[in-house]
Order: sequence, then structure tokens, then C-alpha cells
Amino acid sequence: MKILVPLKRVPDPDTKIRIKPDGPGIELDGVKFAVNPFDAIALEEALRIEEKLGEMEVVVVSIGGEECVEQLRVGLAMGADRALLVKTSESLDSLAVAKVLAAVYRREKPDFVLMGKQAIDDDSNQAGQMLAAMLGVGQATFVSKLELIENNTKARCGRETDAGIETITVRLPAVLTTDLRLNEPRYVSLPGIMKAKKKPLEEMTPADLGVAATSRTKIFKLESPPKRKAGVRVKTVDELVDKLKNEAKVI
Amino acid sequence: MAELKSLPPHLIGGNFLLVETEPNLIFTPEDLSSEQRLMAQTAEKFMEKEVLPHIEELEHQEPGLTQKIFRKAGELGLLGMGVPADYDGLDLDRATIVGVEEQLSRLGGFGVTCGAHSGIGTQPLQYFGTEAQKKKYLAKLATGEWMGAYALSEAGSGSDALGLRTKAELSPDGQHYILNGTKMWISNAAWADLFTVFAKVDGQHVSAFLVEKTFPGVSTGKEEHKLGIKTSSTRRVILEDAQVPVENLLGGVGKGAYIAFNILNAGRFKLGAGAIGAAKESLKVATRYALERQQFGRPLASFGLIQHKLAEMATRIFVGESAIYRTAAMMDAVFATGETMDSTTPPFPRGLDEFALECSIIKVACSEILDDVADESLQIHGGYGYTEEFPAARTVRDSRINRIFEGTNEINRLFIPGLLMRRAQRGRFPLVAAITKVTKELLDMSPLSDGGESDELAVAQALLVNAKKLALFIAGVAHQKHGDKLIEEQEVVAAIADIIIEVYLGESAVLRTWKARKAGGNVTVMSDLTLAFINDAVGRMELLARQALAATSQGDELKARLGIVRRLMRWSPLNGVALRRRVAKRLCEVGSFPALVAVK
Repeated sequence: MKILVPLKRVPDPDTKIRIKPDGPGIELDGVKFAVNPFDAIALEEALRIEEKLGEMEVVVVSIGGEECVEQLRVGLAMGADRALLVKTSESLDSLAVAKVLAAVYRREKPDFVLMGKQAIDDDSNQAGQMLAAMLGVGQATFVSKLELIENNTKARCGRETDAGIETITVRLPAVLTTDLRLNEPRYVSLPGIMKAKKKPLEEMTPADLGVAATSRTKIFKLESPPKRKAGVRVKTVDELVDKLKNEAKVI
Repeated sequence: MAELKSLPPHLIGGNFLLVETEPNLIFTPEDLSSEQRLMAQTAEKFMEKEVLPHIEELEHQEPGLTQKIFRKAGELGLLGMGVPADYDGLDLDRATIVGVEEQLSRLGGFGVTCGAHSGIGTQPLQYFGTEAQKKKYLAKLATGEWMGAYALSEAGSGSDALGLRTKAELSPDGQHYILNGTKMWISNAAWADLFTVFAKVDGQHVSAFLVEKTFPGVSTGKEEHKLGIKTSSTRRVILEDAQVPVENLLGGVGKGAYIAFNILNAGRFKLGAGAIGAAKESLKVATRYALERQQFGRPLASFGLIQHKLAEMATRIFVGESAIYRTAAMMDAVFATGETMDSTTPPFPRGLDEFALECSIIKVACSEILDDVADESLQIHGGYGYTEEFPAARTVRDSRINRIFEGTNEINRLFIPGLLMRRAQRGRFPLVAAITKVTKELLDMSPLSDGGESDELAVAQALLVNAKKLALFIAGVAHQKHGDKLIEEQEVVAAIADIIIEVYLGESAVLRTWKARKAGGNVTVMSDLTLAFINDAVGRMELLARQALAATSQGDELKARLGIVRRLMRWSPLNGVALRRRVAKRLCEVGSFPALVAVK
């Protein structure tokens, strides 16, 4: 068995994000980067499956500049067996990412793709769905419970929906996207980091894979969310009800 | 002792006082690889998930909790970083280890537990143990299966460590040493499995022993009620006819002093690293609060006096951090030569001994940096800082011990010129020649080269060159007056030490900034921090020099000498207010020290 896990390089969730004054984008100096937390959950799940099944391979892939090697090393340090970097200096939208991943999929022929439901930088929540459509395979999104069944030919997935957990079964290969509650990713142990240095990391370009990686969307403007106004203290329930009715107009 | 091989000038302990170092020869935090940073991040996440959420329970020493977290730290490799791979360690370089330890020490006393374990608890065995001893214990310590502790102090011997009274007598059958005595202030005592205990064989030869907690006659007292670092266990270790197998003697009979003092060098270095980690956390907390807290309708961070505090905290952290990473790599380089010193059997690495002076500088400087940073962080929090609602109060309590343990700062200050004098006497350090040369140069009134520099960093560096001369000049004057009794003139000796400390910190910051600038980075902030430090250090050094000279000379001689001080410390004051406001503004934008000094 082989599982393909895409890892996206995103600003660390604890980093203070500052928008560039002169155009769309964020200030990069002093910003720490991390593996997209949802992708880390996907990798953790893949590693747990590997620990259970034994003989198999977990391959991580990242798309971007040379700096993405850092996140691939994190993946290898967590326990992935092999890493691929598809090098591009372009900033890709979800569709372009899905195209590149589809090409990687065709090259690697994994049993399934396990990836974060969305990246915490652009929060698009599209790449996984698009990838499944391009490949013509099944998909299960927002997976918070995962079990391989019927001799590992199918995945039984618990999907987090607003109404509750929906359990579905998809035939493999498929694209599964992970939600927050699937697992808690392991630490990147120090011995793991040392072992990662010796694991294979292969670099290629979109052209090598036979795809053109270009975005069809363009970001024109970024804005910080408006600052929250200070709250007020109400003295009585009546006052609260009055404010909710007449000021906030929510009841 | 076999003659020591010659080392490159920048790798000789104390030599920064005599020679100038090329920026590219020093290691800086900017040189850390992504793997090294990743390891520090692992420690950071570990602290955030496993330690900080339980800080209250840890401080109340909930049974079993520290041990549980400690083992987990061991599984991640956080406890055996410096131990060779043959003994299940990771054999990591010191710069990597510093990065991890900064994180483990950022808040609360868990860092003390880890530091005492992997430093003074493990290193005596690692550096002085025989193969058999290491085979038996070292892997257990490196993996965290066992916890280590170091038992040197006694009720009557703290700073006077060798005045210890614990006795070790060979048993009649020659199979055991029988130890009797009580050790005080032993970190990790409650949980440690292996103690390195110092005792006098036949009442006179200080020797070290590896003592398992389960050996007959070994017990611990009750927990001390401490001001801070309540997470860590501190108890007496009581030895009543404790039976220690003869093969557990470490380094040979009478070799305890070599072990005790060389291990303290490493411990002092580690303490400095931990202190800087805690100072960074304290600054982060203070910055956040200063931005959130509004008074007079404005955030605190918009006020000049608060900006001054934040920038000064960052300045001090910057110089301390620069000195630590510089020294870490210097130590690694000397360890890498494989050279040993044969005072003990087996011989111990020269790397442990070479930078004793720099380790003391780092211990004194960083413990005081943390105290000041913690204090100002509390001050920024105002009344809230005085409550347990915010972490500022805890940091103040936890910080205070750093000036006391691993050799008080007073002992360490005396040690700095003392070590130079001892090395000079042994022909290991050309102190006398240097003092003679500088004194002659200064008395000749030969014009000091001001280099005609216009670059502010170069001007700052030139000032430090003069500050080195100042330290040597005062040492010469004091020695001329007091001879070998100089060490008794503690106030003068400490003043010399303080000038040397300012020089090492300042120079490390200047070289780091040069190096980053030469690499093409935007070093505006680094440069501001360096200049803010030196701009004030000039005044501090001048005052120290005046005090030391006034204590050693008088009349016209004093006047002439003070003239030399003025000449050496000539400096056009920079606008420190503007420098600090710039630093504070940037700090408030980015939120933390690492982000503040990040070079594009």
C-alpha cells in the first residue's frame, strides 16, 4: 500500500500576520512557517495506518519554492518514507494545485490521497475535491474517523457535517480530506529529525510532470478583519433583551 | 601535564581580550540550520502541550506528574542531546542544544529539572566516567529512563565547595566506599535515580562517586519550601553508611575538584541559555500586555517609558543571546579537536575547561539579564503583575535562583580575573605581556587610533578595543599595588570582571551584526540593539574603572590614570531614546524577540 500526503507550507498559526502596505500579500520577515495543521493530521493518520499494516509507503509532496523543503523535512521527521518537491515560484490557486497533484498521483499511483480539508492560509477548501474530480475517483471530505475495510479496498469514513457525523464508505483509490478531530499529530522527535536527513527527497518541476501550473485567479487585495469593538456590561435581563432586539436586531 | 596544543586565536579561552575576531569566525543564531530550528520547535510545542497547561499541578508537585512529563521528554530525545550516539544519545552540537534548552526553560521550573538532569546530572559520568561506568548508566540517563542529580553543596559549604565534610572510607573488605554526610540544595533529589556525590576520601581527598538512590544508606530529606522554581524538587541527600561499590568512584581518588569545577563550567553555560529563553518569553508577554492594556485612552506601548523598557529588555537579550551562541560553537570546536587533559583518569576533554571564563560571563550576565527583564515585565503589568493572574510574578520568583546556584554571581565575578591570573601563572595565557604592552602604550600617551571611522558599528567596535585595554590597564594597576593578594580586593576584582563582561557581550553583538550585514541582510534592528547596548556600556565601564582606580591609587597618580580612562572611553553619545523607540516600535509590530531580530 502507498499513501500520498500533500503538505502545504503556511505561516505558523501562532504567527502574527501583517499585511503588506504595498500590495496583496503578507510581510514575510520574522514570520515562522509550518506544515498546514490539517495536512499534519492527514500525515499522522497515514503514519498510523503504516504502523498498523507494516509494509507500505507514505510519500509526502509539497508544491512551491525551495523553502518548502523545510516542511517536507518535518514530514519525513514525523515518519514519512519519501518526499517530493514540485518546484514552482508561482503562487498557485486550488485548481492549479489540484492539477499538479493529479500529475503526481499518476506518477506515484498511490492507493489513496490523504490531505487536509483546507489550508489555514487561504482557507479555500477546494483542492481535494477538485483532485478527486480530475482523477475520476471517489472522495470523502471532512474526515474525522477513518477505517480501512474489506482487505484495505475501501475506506469507511466518518464525515463531520453541521448536523453530525455522516459515515460513508468509499472505494479506493480515493481522495480523503481530513478534519480537526481525526487525530492529534505526533511530535517531531529529535531522533526523527536526524533520521529525516537521510531519507530521499526528490525535486521536480511541473513541466517534468507534464502540467502547466498557472493560476486562473488573482488576489487583488487583502484586508485585516475589523478590530472587535469593546463589549458593554448590561445591568438587567430586560436591558439585554432590549439590546438584542433593538440594537443587535437578532431576536 | 602534557603540553596543550595551540589553538586558533579565537578558540583560546579569554583570548577575546587580547585579539580581534573576524565576524565570520563566530557562530550566530542566524547561522542555525532548519534542522536545528526544527528541534527547538519540537521543544516549544512540547512545552505548550505537555508542560505549561499543567504548571499549577507541577508547582504543587502532584505525585508522578513531573516524572511522567520527564519520560515523555526523554522519548522525544530532549534529555540526551549531548550524549554520544553509542549511549543512546543524539550527539548534537551545543548550538542546537541551546535552542532546545531556551524553550524548556521559558516558563516555570521544569527546565531546571531537565537542565539539572542533562547537565550536572549526566555530564560528570559522560566526561569523567570509564567505559564500564558509562555502559552501566549513561544510556539510562540519556533516554530519561533514569533521572540524574549532582550533590556537591553542604550546609556548611556552598561557595566554598571544597570545604565539604562528607566522608568516604574504604570498607574493610575493599569492596565499597562507605559515605557519610548530608548534601544540601540538591535539584531533582526526590526523583533522581543516580546522584554524583562529592565526598572526601580519608577526610581529605575530594572525590566523586556515582550513587544509586537504592544503595543501602541513601535517603532524601523533605522538600525545601522555595521562593520559586517550585516545580523542581530540592532536598537534602542523606548518606548514612551509604555503601557505594568501589567501581563507582568517578575519575580517581582526589580528582573531585576537576570534576566539580569543569562540570560547573558546562552548567553555567546551560544556565545562561535557559535564562535567555525565559527572558524572551517574559519580553513576549510584556509586549503583548503593553499593546493590550489601555491607559489615558492609549495602549501602554505608545508611551516612551514603556517603549524604553521593552527596547532595553530586547537589547539585553540580544547581547546575551549573541554571546551564548558564539560560545556554544567555540566550545564545540575545541571539543571537536578531541584533545584531552590528563588530570583525571580517564582524561577529560579540553573543551570542558577551555572556556571557563566565558561560561562564567554567560552565567553572570544572563542571570542578571533575566532578573531585570522579569522585573520590568512585572512592572509593565502594574498591579496585575503583582498577582498570580499573569505569568510575570512567577517569572520573577523563578528567575531569582539563577544568581545563586551553579556558583553565585559573586563567586563567578571573582573567578573571571582569577582564572586569567591562574592561567597566566601556568604560562597558558600571556596576560602579563599584554598588560605590560597596554600599560606602556597608555602611559606613553601615544595617540589612540580612532580609526577615523564613520560607520557607527565600526566606532562601537573601536570603543570595545579600548575597553579591553581599560580592563588590562586596571588589572595591571591593581596587581602592581596588591600583588598576588589582589584576589582579596574583591570589589576591585569584580569591577574588572564587570568590564570584561561588558566587552564580551558587546563584542559578540557587534560581530553578530557585522556578520549578518556582510551576508547582505537588513540589520537595522540588530544595529540599533548593538548601539543601544554599547552607548550605555561606555558609561558603566567608565564608572567601574573610576571606582577601581580610586580604590587603588590617589593624588596625581589617580588623576593621571583617570585621564587615561577618559581617553579610552571617549564616545560621542548616540540618541538612545530614538534608538530604543525604533526598536520598541518594531517589537510591537512583530510581537516577539526572535521575530524582531529576524534578518530578511
